[in-house]
Amino acid sequence: MSSTVIITVACLSLIAFLAAVILYFVAQKFKVFEDPRIDDVQAILPAANCGGCGFAGCRNLAEALVKAETFEGLTCPVGGASVMDQVAKILGKEPPVVEPKVAVLRCNGSPEFRARTSIYEGVPDCRIAHNLFQGETDCSYGCFGLGDCVRACAFEAIYISTETGLPVISDEKCVSCGACVKACPRKLIELRKKAKKDRKIYVACSNCDKGGPARRACKVACIACLKCQKVCEFDAIKIENNLAYIDATKCTFCRKCVTECPTGSILEINFPPRKPKVEVQAETVNA
Amino acid sequence: MLKTFPIGGVHPPENKLTAGSKIQKLDIPATVAIPISQHIGAPATVSVNKGDSVKAGQVIATSKGFVSVNIHSSVSGKVNKVDTLIDTSGYKQTAIFIDTQGDEWLETIDRTDELKTEIKLSSEEIIKKCQESGIVGLGGATFPSHVKLTVPAGKKCDVLIINGVECEPYLTSDHRLMLEHGKEVLVGISILMKALKVNRALIGIENNKSDAIEHLKTLAASFQGIEIWPLKVKYPQGAEKQLIKALTNREVPSGRLPIDVNTVVHNIGTAFAVYEAVQKNKPLFERVVTITGKSLPKPGNYIVRIGTPVNKLIEAAGGLPENTGKIISGGPMMGKALINTDVPVVKGTSGIILVPQDEAGRSESQVCIRCAKCIAVCPMGLEPYLLMSLSQKDLFEKAEKERITDCMECGSCSYTCPAGRPLLDFIRLGKSTVIRMSRERVVK
Repeated sequence: MSSTVIITVACLSLIAFLAAVILYFVAQKFKVFEDPRIDDVQAILPAANCGGCGFAGCRNLAEALVKAETFEGLTCPVGGASVMDQVAKILGKEPPVVEPKVAVLRCNGSPEFRARTSIYEGVPDCRIAHNLFQGETDCSYGCFGLGDCVRACAFEAIYISTETGLPVISDEKCVSCGACVKACPRKLIELRKKAKKDRKIYVACSNCDKGGPARRACKVACIACLKCQKVCEFDAIKIENNLAYIDATKCTFCRKCVTECPTGSILEINFPPRKPKVEVQAETVNA
Repeated sequence: MLKTFPIGGVHPPENKLTAGSKIQKLDIPATVAIPISQHIGAPATVSVNKGDSVKAGQVIATSKGFVSVNIHSSVSGKVNKVDTLIDTSGYKQTAIFIDTQGDEWLETIDRTDELKTEIKLSSEEIIKKCQESGIVGLGGATFPSHVKLTVPAGKKCDVLIINGVECEPYLTSDHRLMLEHGKEVLVGISILMKALKVNRALIGIENNKSDAIEHLKTLAASFQGIEIWPLKVKYPQGAEKQLIKALTNREVPSGRLPIDVNTVVHNIGTAFAVYEAVQKNKPLFERVVTITGKSLPKPGNYIVRIGTPVNKLIEAAGGLPENTGKIISGGPMMGKALINTDVPVVKGTSGIILVPQDEAGRSESQVCIRCAKCIAVCPMGLEPYLLMSLSQKDLFEKAEKERITDCMECGSCSYTCPAGRPLLDFIRLGKSTVIRMSRERVVK
């Protein structure tokens, strides 16, 4: 009886020992060297796996960062400058200049400005509606308000306003990953350079129709009248395809175009209220 | 045992309200708006200017390339403007607006009702005539007919199939054409046979049109090679591939065309238009449209000039009923809701259906209960539930492998789904994305 137990234990120990020896040599033979810095970099990255950097996930970006000679073209939009500085410290490279960006909606066609001409009762999905027809209003470029961008945002930075029916993007929550830009079938969302105090000046319209039809479809449409282009002293405004575009890198936030725009399609956001103009009274001039 | 296709299919209520109403002429409207893109392929190029006087049948936009046809004025009068308007596609398209003055046709058009049976033109001349006369598939797909009649080198056609099925509920325009213009339709089929150099033509007609079957059978006795086949009533019996399978038992392989199994399919309406173009020299500028709806006072079948706004048609049928929820262009299964009633009748408009409010809504979409009914009814043998979720999740490569482009958008899956899921909406999205992707691959 006792001999059976001894033989069993001895056999099993022998097998275990042989297996251990084989495993040891196999492990030596097929050893994969992985740069330990990849784990370190990954630990710093935000682990959102949003794909905003262009890679499938944070791990892939970490691998690319460790491999790369310079950081050109490699940034984590979510983490921004602070994360990239830390990564640069680990890898001993120059930290890249990270320009913070923020998403803006280039459409301001709330029902107040853009009259409804039909009612859509189909699937509440922007892409399907875009395949089907021009929209509930006469503008074939504007926002459907069906929320593909809201569903695409992993950071809960977008919601559809009940008042305007348009998406509202939170400046604090937006990490400029670009998921909404890809999701919008009408390409209405743009990532713009973030300015001080979240100030923004942009043309909130994407209508490429000529002035007349654009204005008839929406009261706040860009009618490509060229006034903003003329008034801009910094060559920041270009008009293409009957639509004005303000280059955020050239704009100095002088706000002249905002007052010049006859339809009010250029928005100024997060600016202090303007001082009321001191009207020079006729009497004082005369005196 | 009546012939039919082997898998799938549904039986929606037929509602052929206008099957007994004779085709009437609709009054010519004061203005028409004729879109320059009424067919699949390149839009025609506008060839008139503002202020030009035109006659009915005159070319106002010329074809651009092989897969394109001429567009003709449907009225006589002055060109008011070339502008955009929303057409059945739901988007703004370029259209030619003409103010009507009188009703003067081109002198070359034979306006008599006399039946001409002698075919003088040769095969090539017929094909050329079809492109010049703007003939497209009038079943609704609006594919240029001359392209189908031109058999590519290395392929041959041995049988012509004529689609007289009209499986969509409500629509009766082809049914009435067969009854009232049977002889003209048969001459038109003989012309198509001559163009394709075939000596056999099969007309498939659903068995719910027994009067048309009997009528054509007696008429066809004096025509050579034309056979009439009654088919089982099942939707989508009128789909090209399903009709070929039912009549000839040949199966068109995935991603291929009917010509690959030596057949060509044309519609009854197209055969009639070909007759008028070849024998009467009359280009395609009017067509039979069914205007129908359960609450419409006077539903009927009308000969309508292309470019007539839909509201004129509704007026003729007794005015817009108050409970109208949707106005659909085409059949209720495959048609599209219109944005407004200014949309013009185009070559592909087979019917206008006014759906009452209580029938127009969609049921609430619930989760898939895996009943597999959509798979059972799909006539193409696809898995609609899978294609929907693949499209929803942007997995278009997988959807392509699951043969999403084989879907013909018949809507049987959405019609059947007990959970009210918008299957076809998402499949359509996936299909158009996959087609775009494969085109981009070719470009690269």
